[in-house]
This record gives sequence, C-alpha cells and structure tokens, in this order.
Amino acid sequence: MSAGGEDRRGGAAPPPATGGPPGEYFRREEMRRPETEADLARMVALDGGPLLLEGGGTRAVGRPARGRGLSVAGISGVTLYEPGALTLSARAGTPLAEIEALLAGEGQRLAFEPMDHRGLLGTSGTPTLGGMVAANATGPRRMVAGAVRDAVLGLRFVTGEGAVVKSGGRVMKNVTGYDLAKLMTGSWGTLGAITEVTLKVLPAPEARATLEIPGLDPVAAVAAMSAALGSPFEVTGAAHGDLGQGVVTLLRLEGFAPSVEDRAVRLARMLEPHGPVRRRLDGEAAPDPWVAVRDVGPFHGVPGDVWRISLRPSRAAEAVARIGGPVLLDWGGGLIWALTEPGRDLRAELAGLGGHARLERATPGADPALATFPPEPAAVARLSRDLRARFDPRGRFATGRMEPDTAEQGPRPGGWRSPDLATADAKSDGPAVAGPATFGRTT
Amino acid sequence: MDMPSPDAGALARRPALLAELAAVVARDALISDPVGLRAYECDALTAYACTPLAVVLPGSTGEVAAVLRICHAAGVPVVPRGAGTSLAGGALPTADCVVLGVARMTEVLEVDTADRLIRVQTGRTNLQVTAAVEEAGFFYAPDPSSQLACAIAGNIAMNSGGAHCLKYGVTANNLLGVTLVTMEGEVMEIGDGHLDAAGLDLLGLICGSEGQLGVVTEATLRILPQPEGARPVLMGFASAEAAGACVADIIRSGVLPVAIEFMDRPCIEACEAFSGAGYPDCEALLIVEVEGSEDEIAATLRRVLAVAAAHDPVATREAADADEAARIWLGRKSAFGAMGQLGDYICLDGTIPVSQLPLTLRRMSELAQARGLRVANVFHAGDGNMHPLILFDANTEGQLETAEALGADILRLCVEVGGCLTGEHGVGVEKRDLMTAQFSAGDLEMQMRVKDVFDPRWLLNPAKVFPLAASAARREAAA
Ligand SMILES: Cc1cc2nc3c(=O)[nH]c(=O)nc-3n(C[C@H](O)[C@H](O)[C@H](O)COP(=O)(O)OP(=O)(O)OC[C@H]3O[C@@H](n4cnc5c(N)ncnc54)[C@H](O)[C@@H]3O)c2cc1C
Ligand SMILES: Cc1cc2nc3c(=O)[nH]c(=O)nc-3n(C[C@H](O)[C@H](O)[C@H](O)COP(=O)(O)OP(=O)(O)OC[C@H]3O[C@@H](n4cnc5c(N)ncnc54)[C@H](O)[C@@H]3O)c2cc1C
Repeated sequence: MSAGGEDRRGGAAPPPATGGPPGEYFRREEMRRPETEADLARMVALDGGPLLLEGGGTRAVGRPARGRGLSVAGISGVTLYEPGALTLSARAGTPLAEIEALLAGEGQRLAFEPMDHRGLLGTSGTPTLGGMVAANATGPRRMVAGAVRDAVLGLRFVTGEGAVVKSGGRVMKNVTGYDLAKLMTGSWGTLGAITEVTLKVLPAPEARATLEIPGLDPVAAVAAMSAALGSPFEVTGAAHGDLGQGVVTLLRLEGFAPSVEDRAVRLARMLEPHGPVRRRLDGEAAPDPWVAVRDVGPFHGVPGDVWRISLRPSRAAEAVARIGGPVLLDWGGGLIWALTEPGRDLRAELAGLGGHARLERATPGADPALATFPPEPAAVARLSRDLRARFDPRGRFATGRMEPDTAEQGPRPGGWRSPDLATADAKSDGPAVAGPATFGRTT
Repeated sequence: MDMPSPDAGALARRPALLAELAAVVARDALISDPVGLRAYECDALTAYACTPLAVVLPGSTGEVAAVLRICHAAGVPVVPRGAGTSLAGGALPTADCVVLGVARMTEVLEVDTADRLIRVQTGRTNLQVTAAVEEAGFFYAPDPSSQLACAIAGNIAMNSGGAHCLKYGVTANNLLGVTLVTMEGEVMEIGDGHLDAAGLDLLGLICGSEGQLGVVTEATLRILPQPEGARPVLMGFASAEAAGACVADIIRSGVLPVAIEFMDRPCIEACEAFSGAGYPDCEALLIVEVEGSEDEIAATLRRVLAVAAAHDPVATREAADADEAARIWLGRKSAFGAMGQLGDYICLDGTIPVSQLPLTLRRMSELAQARGLRVANVFHAGDGNMHPLILFDANTEGQLETAEALGADILRLCVEVGGCLTGEHGVGVEKRDLMTAQFSAGDLEMQMRVKDVFDPRWLLNPAKVFPLAASAARREAAA
C-alpha cells in the first residue's frame, strides 16, 4: 500500500521522479493515480484544470462537480502511530477501514465518528483518510468530541501551483503560525490536494448505553436532548427520528462500565418528566442505531433530495415544522437531515433561522439552480474566493464543488502580489518544489 | 530583537490622526499623553517596550470599525490588544502604530443554556465568562493560568489553552463564531450558534492568527455543564523518565484525565520553599486530575494508581476532600510566582510528542549546562506542552541574551524531536525569527498569502509572527 521512496523523515533529498515525461499525463484520458506526493505535485503543476480530486469517490455530495479525475488513493499508508501520545499519521489515500482497524487493535478510535456517505449517496468505493478530512465528515459525537477539524493536528497538501506545503504538526497543542490545517479540512478538494494527515485519536470506551424515549414531537425531543446535554452525565449522542420502529429520541453514554451504568440510571431518572425512558439493548441482532444516525440510514435508497441543515438546536423544532416531511435530528437538534421532493428550495424556506443548509444528495435532473453549498454573505464570499485564488491561482481545483466558478476570479487588485510559490526555495524536510521548476510551465 | 524602523510619514501625520480618532470615540477613549501611553508600552513579555502613537479603547463594534477605517486610510499600522498578558510580545506596539484595545467592551450579549453557548464582547476576561454561566451550572472550558486577567480577545488571537485542555480542547475547539472587523473597517459575522462552517473554515483560520487578520469584537463560545466533581492525585517519581513513561501509560490505558501536570526537581523545590504545599522529595512529580461522580472519581483514580505502580512511584497522595485537593494544586498554581522568587526567568512554551519527554528533558539540561544556566520544568504533560523556565539574572551583563539564546536552543530542540515552537503562547515577536526552524519558505509563503487576503496592505500587527526578512517585501509594498 505504502508509496515507495517517499518517506521524507528519512532524508533531505527530494525523491526521484517516478512516472514518465510530463506530457504523458495529458495523453491519458483515464483518471490519473499518482503514487507519491511528488508525483501528484508534478501532475497538478503540469495538468490543465480543473482537477477533480478523489479519495475513494464515496462522497460526491450534491450536484455534479466538473474536472478530470485525479485520485489520491495510491498515496497510501500509515506513517506513524503512537498510542501513548494519541496520535496517528497516514497518507491521504489510506483507506479509513485500515486506520480504524489499526486503532481498534490498540483500544482506540477516531472520536469524531466519521460518517460513511456510501449508503446515502449510493456510491461505492473505499472511503479514504483524505476524503474524510476534505469533507470534514463528522458523526453524532460532534457535540463532545469535536469534528474532524478539531482532531486534525497537522497535514501536508499540494497547492494549485504544485507546491508542497505543511501546516500544524504531530503534537496535541500547536499555535505556531496560522492554522492552515483547519482551512484545508472541509475544503472539499477546492484549495489543494491533501497528501498526509496527522490526527488526534482517543481511547475507545469500554462500555456504552443507549436510552430512548419513544413518541416525542420535535419540540419535546429537542427539550429532552438539551436537558440531557446540559447535564453532567457526559452524553455522547443525542438524536431523534424514525430508525424503523417509530419515532424515538436516543441518548448515548460511554465510558468505563460501572460509570456508564451509574450515569444511565441517573440520566433516565432525570429525563422522566420528558416521557417514558427505556434502555435500548445493544445486541448483535439489532442494527446499531448510532450507525444508522451517523449514516442517515432512514434515507438510504429512498428517492428525493436530501438536505443537511446545521443550526442552533433551539431552532430545530421550527425548522422541522417548515420542512413538514421526513427528518432525522442529530447533535441534540443542531443537525437536521431532511428528505424532500426533488428540486424544492428548502434553503429559501428556512431563511431567518440562522445556520446553513447543504444539498447533500441532489436528484439528477431536478432544479439545476439549487447550489450544493449555501451562498455566503458577500464579505465572507469575497474572502473565500480570494483565498482560493491565492491557494490555486490557476484554477486547477476550480471544480465548482463548493462554489460556482472560481476559475475566472483572480486575486483582488492592489497590495502585494505573491511570487510564484513553486519557485520559493524548499526546506530540507520536504520536496517542496515539483513540476514547473523542473519541467517548465505548460499552460 | 529587531523591529522595523517606524514610518516617518505616520509619525508626521500624528496630530491629524489624533483629531480624526477623537471624532469617532468617547473623549476618554483616546489616549495620547506620555503618561497614559506608558501602560500600553508592552505586554507580559516585559523585556521589550515601545510607546505607540496613540491608544484607542472603543466601546462598540461600530467604533472599532470607524477607528480601523481611519487608520487604513492614513496607512497607519494597528496593534490589537486585549488585556496585554501575551508572553510572546503579540501586543507589543511599534512607534508608528495605534494600539486598539477592546478592554472596555466587556458585555455579555447572550446566554443560552439550551443551546449551550454564550455570546460576549471580547474585552471580557476569561474568568468572567465562566462567572456569567456558573450559576446556571455551566462553565467555559479553556482556562489559561492567566484567566483572571486575560481577555477572550487575546484567547482567540492566540488560540490559548489551559490546564484542562487534554479533555476539553483549546480555544479553537470551543469557539462557535466571531464578529470580525477587517483592517478596511468592514464588519463580518463568521459562524454563529451552529457547530460547523457553511463553507471554508474561516473561523478556524482566524483563531490563532495573532491579531493579524482582523479585530475580533464579539465571540460566541461553547459552554459546558459543570462536572459533578473533580479530584487530583499526586505521584512522585525517582526519575523524569519514569514520570514521562507513566504519562504515556496512563493515556494508553484508556483513562482520559482532565489534566496531567508535570514538575521537575528544581521546580518542586522552588514551589515547596514558596508555598509549603508539602510536596515529596523526588526527581519529578505528576498531578493527575479526573472528573465525574464520587464513585467514578474513586474508580478512575484507582486505575491511574494501578498504572503508576509499574513505574515505582516514591510517593502518592490522593486528595480525600476539597481541602487536600486544593493543597495538591497549591504548589502547581504558584509555580510561576515561586520561580519569580528565585530571580528572573524566561518562560518557554514548546510542545513535544509525549514519547520524546525523557530524551527532551535530558538534552535540555545538557543545553542549559553548556550555557551555564539553570532550567526548571513545569508543564501540561498529557499533551506534551512544555514550559521550561530559564533562570537568569537580568542585572548581570549579557545574561538576558544568553538566556534568550538558550531559549532558542530549546525551542529548536522541540522542533527537532517532532514538536513545535509554541503550544499556546503564540509566536508574536518572541519566536518570529525561529519560524524558519519549523517551516519552509513555501510553508510561510502560504501563511502570508492568507494575510494578503484579509489585510492586503499589511497594516494589522504587521511585524509579528513572520520573520522580518520574510515579510519585508509585503510590509514595504504597503508603506
Ligand atoms: C471517469 C469518472 C467520471 C466521473 N464523473 C462524474 C460526474 O460527472 N459527476 C459526479 O458528480 N461525479 C463523477 N465522478 C465521481 C467523482 O469523480 C467522484 O465522486 C468525486 O471525485 C468525488 O469523490 P469523492 O472524492 O466523493 O469522495 P471522497 O474521495 O470521499 O472525497 C470527498 C471530497 O474530498 C475531496 N478529496 C478527496 N481526497 C482529497 C484529498 N486527498 N485532498 C483534497 N481533497 C480531497 C474530493 O474532491 C471530494 O470533494 C466520476 C468519476 C470517474 C472515475
Ligand atoms: C502569568 C501568565 C500565565 C499564562 N498562562 C497561560 C496559559 O496557561 N495558557 C495560555 O494559552 N496562555 C497563557 N498566558 C499567555 C496569555 O495570557 C494568553 O496568550 C492570553 O490569551 C492573552 O490574552 P490578552 O487578552 O492578554 O491578549 P493580549 O496580550 O492583549 O494580546 C495577545 C494577542 O492577541 C491580539 N489581540 C488582542 N485583542 C485582539 C482582538 N480584539 N482582535 C484580534 N486580535 C487581538 C494581540 O494583537 C496579540 O497578538 C499566560 C500569561 C501570563 C502572564
């Protein structure tokens, strides 16, 4: 799996170029699949854009994006795992399953509980670390464990100019320089190609308990979830919806067995005023409700658009009322999944409630004017656009996935004009320069 | 340490600038007399000081925007300031700058315990945020030791941490939204009460940007329910290696304490002499704090002690009640004061991978010996964030410089073993010129491009974070 000759820790010299002459990448029409970071940097520097980055190709959210496929899946392998320091580094193409299995072997896990998009989007393939980070794909534990962005300690990426850049590092606390790692996380392949990531991991709990209250309406459900999340019992999941056996409100506790037992009893007692609380039995026979919540199980294979709405929990009930159709609430009401008829502009209908809505699954052929990502206020949109222009001046990654047409937009006039990054001198620790410096520009 | 020479033009335009500023803020909010300015000459990195052109202390976001528009039009640099407790010189003025302080903006704008958030003006101190939600049973988790004085503004700009961030994370993990005013005076809202960004994670970028991207005037912060209880255990070890190995084993065992603090012998002795906390006579000690219900605490501490037993602790002390807990923390909390009794010191802030702790401690004492100085260590061991204290005598000619050189040696060592230059205090001016030890020119170029986007003329806190040589062309293009 591991990409040969690429280990930077070993030596100072950039790895030798693999692959043929630069022109080769233009002749091949099929998806390109670099094996090393240097290889990828060269392809980005030389290819015409836009390049649609792909890890496992499992998270093709919303409307189709455009571009020639560039798969990062070949740049793979765990490069560091220190259970005693709660840190793991791996190349971006590493299958998530490989990482999760490695962690499980040491009694650890990815605490942010990455969502698997395959069931919802009807994709197949192998979810990768890079795709997970680029999508900031976070699950129900978000409220207590943070999102992917909170667990990324550092990463390396290739800019639109083919330069290799690193941000952050491998330690838990690091405020050295700007946090470009957070900017890259959740950038959906529109700023650069992530090549390696270091994550904070956490111990997996010894035991878990799920409490459920059946039959609450959204107002009562959010109230019960808020009460639970405002308690000292460390609730690590709070969801509401119909997972197949009628509407239930679910609350999760995790930790050492005696502690979970003790908190389960006390939380149940505290929630009694909200409705009849029962203990849900975790068994092999029943499907895991938290996996169903994480992956939006109720909407798998059901036709219609799927919206992902992030907002304050206290506004969830009003949002659900306006949606008026099937929903699944997570994050104590802070995240709503809604299934709607194709082409309905739910974003407009939820105006005034704050937060934002992403069209996670768009029905092919339905209203093409519906953007996948929410429009941003003008000032914020300008910052985002200018950042893209600085990370990717030639629009290599302008696939239209997050924002329509960034390709034509240059940096704002005035002020300092950046020198070409790819010609900035390299540090000893990485092959910071690839492509143009070696082969000359082709576009 | 070098600072860019002041812009003569800005100095010459001072009278006109003062008149313009006076027109947009309250009368007592503009400080321009030498005595008044003195209080703003430096932050907690007191070795460096410089009198600014003026200080403004606006009372609202609108006034902040007006001040910034004036400075932008005049081409005058602005140094944002919270409470001035930065240990990195982040709030250090230049002679040609206006210091823009948010200390008068201290209001609580909203508390919502159902949504578990608070919205405040950023001049409010860290401790006063918790104070506003305490009665409702909540707290604001990031707790820098300076929390009595430091403002949320500085916490956001430095992405500050605290003793309890092993469990609760640092500022960035607890920040939901900000009101940001750009150097051009444009006001924008980034984030709100929801948990994730609509587009690019600009909030994550702004947090920790050291006042270089915009002035943060309001913030929405996550608040958490108070734990039922918390209790520490203290364990002494015969060697720093044993204590370091114990830290890794505790973490590996699946226990996630809220804090693991480490002190070495020089520090233990100083604290003992200063506070009489009754610490054991040993080479290194750990204070491990866990949270939960009484039963849970007892069970978790049993696990911690079982793990520690393999490392032959020379002493263990479990707090039976709040009084004993306070006594265990007493020495640790007075560590900086205690070190102050020993003479002058520089407090470093590098982070290392926990696995490199024994090696780093050994190499650090070799480096200190080579320069003829002493180093004491007290730090957050669970996350590898070290605070080596270099002891020196400021009255001895050349010792400050020697101590600074040793500091640079130690920070380079942190980078070399896989860590970084600063875990929570920020780069400021202090570590600015060491940035090339951690980042390539290309890495720094990308960071500077971010500043280009937010502040194209490089007027906001321009002489910080980046090596002066690296940022020179940009700063000069703006002038
Ligand atoms: C020949 C071909 C044609 C296709 N045509 C279309 C089409 O017309 N319309 C369509 O919608 N899909 C199409 N696809 C599928 C599409 O290319 C992928 O689904 C798309 O690249 C997104 O993959 P994935 O990245 O979803 O998933 P993941 O690999 O899970 O990635 C999630 C997100 O992260 C980004 N990403 C992944 N890895 C990285 C990384 N290392 N660094 C930075 N960003 C990263 C991706 O760009 C994506 O935005 C096609 C695929 C192929 C092979
Ligand atoms: C005794 C002591 C103990 C400390 N302990 C800790 C600790 O445990 N953990 C820790 O992380 N730090 C600690 N610090 C460092 C310091 O307290 C923190 O960095 C703190 O966050 C600074 O806050 P401040 O309000 O004092 O900011 P200031 O010192 O005023 O400014 C710090 C930085 O923030 C910028 N800034 C200020 N206001 C704004 C604004 N409104 N918008 C944009 N930028 C702004 C400034 O330009 C500057 O770069 C300690 C300091 C001392 C003196």
